[in-house]
Amino acid sequence: MIEFLQQLINGLSQGSIYALIALGYTMVFGVLRFINFAHGDIYMLGAFAGFYTAPKLLSLTGGGPSYAGAALVLVAAMALCAAAGVIIERICYRPLRAQPRLTVLIAAIGVSLFLENGGQFIFGADPQAFPEIIADSAIELPASWGDFASLTITIGQVIVIGSTVILLAALRTIVLHTRTGMAMRALSLNPLAASLMGVNNDAVISFTFAIGSAMAGAAGILTSIQQPSIDPLMGINAGLKAFVAAVLGGIGNIPGAALGGVIIGVLEALVVGYVNPTYRDPLVFAVLILVLLFKPSGLLGKAEREKV
Amino acid sequence: MTRFFTILSALLPGVVFSVASAADPFRVGEFASLTGASASFGQSSHKGTELAVEEINAAGGVLGRPIELITEDDQSQAGQPATIVRKLISQDSVVAVLGEVASSKSLEAAPICQQNKIPMISPASTNPKVTEVGDCIFRICFIDPFQGTVMSKFARENGWKKVAVLTDVKQDYSVGLAEFFMKDFLANGGQIVREQKYSTGDKDFKPQLTSIKASQPDAVFVPGYYAEVSLIAKQAKLLGLKVPLLGGDGWVGDSLLKVAGKSLDGSFFSSHFSSDDASPKVRNFVDKFKAKYGEVPDDMAALGYDSAMILADAIRRAGTTDSGPLRQAIASTSSHDGVTGKITLDAQRNASKSAVILTIGGGGFHFVKKVEP
Amino acid sequence: MRHPKSLLFIALALCAGASFFTGGINPYYYDILITIGINIILAVSLNLVTGYTGQFSLGHAGFMAVGAYSSAWITLTFGFVLGTSLPAAGSVYLLALFGGGLAAAAAGLLVGVPSLRLRGDYLAIVTLGFSEIIKGVIQNAEPLGAQRGLGGMVQHTNFFWTYAIVALSIYGILTLVHSTYGSGFLAVRDDEIAAESMGINTTKYKVLAFVIGAFMAGVAGGLYAHFKQFIHPEGFNFLKSVDIVVMVILGGMGSTAGVCLAAVILTILPEFLRTVSDYTWLPGPVRDLAENRMILYSLLLIILMLTRPQGLFGKLHFIRSKKS
Repeated sequence: MIEFLQQLINGLSQGSIYALIALGYTMVFGVLRFINFAHGDIYMLGAFAGFYTAPKLLSLTGGGPSYAGAALVLVAAMALCAAAGVIIERICYRPLRAQPRLTVLIAAIGVSLFLENGGQFIFGADPQAFPEIIADSAIELPASWGDFASLTITIGQVIVIGSTVILLAALRTIVLHTRTGMAMRALSLNPLAASLMGVNNDAVISFTFAIGSAMAGAAGILTSIQQPSIDPLMGINAGLKAFVAAVLGGIGNIPGAALGGVIIGVLEALVVGYVNPTYRDPLVFAVLILVLLFKPSGLLGKAEREKV
Repeated sequence: MTRFFTILSALLPGVVFSVASAADPFRVGEFASLTGASASFGQSSHKGTELAVEEINAAGGVLGRPIELITEDDQSQAGQPATIVRKLISQDSVVAVLGEVASSKSLEAAPICQQNKIPMISPASTNPKVTEVGDCIFRICFIDPFQGTVMSKFARENGWKKVAVLTDVKQDYSVGLAEFFMKDFLANGGQIVREQKYSTGDKDFKPQLTSIKASQPDAVFVPGYYAEVSLIAKQAKLLGLKVPLLGGDGWVGDSLLKVAGKSLDGSFFSSHFSSDDASPKVRNFVDKFKAKYGEVPDDMAALGYDSAMILADAIRRAGTTDSGPLRQAIASTSSHDGVTGKITLDAQRNASKSAVILTIGGGGFHFVKKVEP
Repeated sequence: MRHPKSLLFIALALCAGASFFTGGINPYYYDILITIGINIILAVSLNLVTGYTGQFSLGHAGFMAVGAYSSAWITLTFGFVLGTSLPAAGSVYLLALFGGGLAAAAAGLLVGVPSLRLRGDYLAIVTLGFSEIIKGVIQNAEPLGAQRGLGGMVQHTNFFWTYAIVALSIYGILTLVHSTYGSGFLAVRDDEIAAESMGINTTKYKVLAFVIGAFMAGVAGGLYAHFKQFIHPEGFNFLKSVDIVVMVILGGMGSTAGVCLAAVILTILPEFLRTVSDYTWLPGPVRDLAENRMILYSLLLIILMLTRPQGLFGKLHFIRSKKS
């Protein structure tokens, strides 16, 4: 029972990371109907942004790991990733908006490979040690909890889950209670009508990319708190799992992405812990294929009718 | 008159040739992963090899001629070693080939060297199959059957009777080393209390470590590569798994300690080389390497260095680079004083040499003991 | 376009003739020649699936792997069952190539069926997934060498067999595409819903494209395995699929001539770039970049899509705008 709970906790914190990345996939799909293959690599850029900015930012807050310093690093990484996302959209995706989906998909693959291999070229292929921005340690559970006291919850896990919840809430506010959010929702329903109603499609799309990339960047930092080994190829695996999470929850559906992320995270932990760790990656593909075969619109999505 | 010139012109090529060959370098090929996923191993071994060649040439070369090292990058991609080794042999006419670190890449290139009767010396491939390809293939490192028993013996000597094993199933090296360790450990009365697996590139090991912790081992054998081991160590400590970790030469990598921090303190691993070995030969090597590259050499660099040195020594002993005599000379390498120990090649063309066990503490590796074969 | 069988026989005769001269070539150049041939077969087969039928597949290396391992297993196990002479072993080799192709075709069937309901992006990811699953199966299969790799194959692949199969492949694809089947493929690519409503069995054509494309990739895999004489699961990973995809895109999806040319260019280019690193008069970073094939490929993909999505010889109307 204890082991099960432990795996659940592990899965929840890992799933939060997937949820954050999945948000980017789902939002971009919502407005552009296209899977940004390069999104996982933005997550990697976030981690490296933190790697390079942390030393200077931490010195501003007293030199060692601290919550204030970590918050600064998080904001910095999110900002840098937002910028990266907007730039990539502007250069590589916007000119192709009128082209068939295949063209922009191939371009996205090109961007993804470029970021990965360029990253290897610039940052080096070896993993780098992410600086400690928060002193991570296991939380001592009170002995009065009896058996449950042997569970290990780390500060890092709490922070990851907590930050994810906050970021999700913030996103929800933006999407549901701001004009830009309304514009995003309008765009995803009907781009032509939205532009006729005065929405600046280009600006809203850029904004969507910015937010999605910022979320991925945040995921990069949060991950590095617990797994301080970063390398230019770290986005491939995480990106793929987050993509499946987005599809599972219903692509285009924001709460769906969060739900999908958590489910994938927990499933992964359970399969690794109880069945066979080598099934970790094939599991994800299996989930994808099953979802696409039986409920392509995902758990929370609505079936879309294709107009001819 | 014409006859004079005819004879002269007939002799001329001979003169030119012999003059030319007096300074003509021996061309030695090297193939390594200089870019791509395995770049850190390839770059290390290349640096060691390069340093050795420099030293040899500075001391006058071999048999009066310098060595020209021709290096090709296989970009860590399967399929490439075959192409570039063909190039080295046919285009560049090398007399011998040095490489590779990864056993799978050595296995790919070995048949080509064997077919062309060009000796190939692998600095660090530990899969037994590599030298089984033929009598032109040699290696100067110990093989995994030996390395597995080294750590098994060490564990038993320390009274650790119950050991859990965490293997990287995507790496043949890890699977092989785990197998040999377990065989020896079980045969000598030890108990394997849990076996868990992971894959190269994984970042989260909490599920596996949770399971291992529940089995209450005295120590955990993690025969993987440094990228994952560093995270495993960190997460183990977080989960409250306090027993020592044991490992093999795959632990040696730049980022191991940078990522793991203090969480690897008190762990042990077997390796080819210890940079704080006090012997003058090793100190000399470490100093020269630091001077040239600005970093402390790791065991891939040391093995790269030794592979080039052994080749040069073999050429000297053979007196020629003709395939047959050269192979004989390499095969009869005996007690070569290398920076990775005294190297003798056995009948299977593998190196019989000692391993070192190192421990980690205070931000560095420290020598514990030497283990003879 | 007429494709009389006579053209094929002429091509085969030329191959036979040329193969007499290849004995003396520098083995490095020979390696490149054979690799070009294998890459042409791979590119042409992917072109059938992606270019002509519009099914974007990112998992072609998986089919190549199935063919490579199946044929290698056959020759390693039964190689001398008919005798140890060259014709005997050679016959087993040819049967193995065919067997590898069949195994790959079966894999193609397995991949093709779920792909029926998927479009564009999803299809791409699912094909990638299948390729990874295939790789995973091989990595866990002891008789296939698992993570050690599989070696010891006899080098049966030579100039004649490679280019004979190249000729057969090109002939086969061109004939197929210019038949009524071809119209079916193109119809599926251009507008699947319209095709369905016109009574075309899109399912049949999609699956057929996958199966035939996979078969050819499997044969190419067999040729590869018996040339390199050692295969490893990592040699058939996503990067290998990308290699083939880049050839198809550069050549122009739907243009067989284009992808052949692209295959030649993209096989010779990396070898040429290898020598660039010897030109010490170029600045260091440039030389380093030249060694990094994948950065150049990825830039190539982006720039191609931005400037000339139809590739070298593709026709723009092949990727006519679909509703987004």
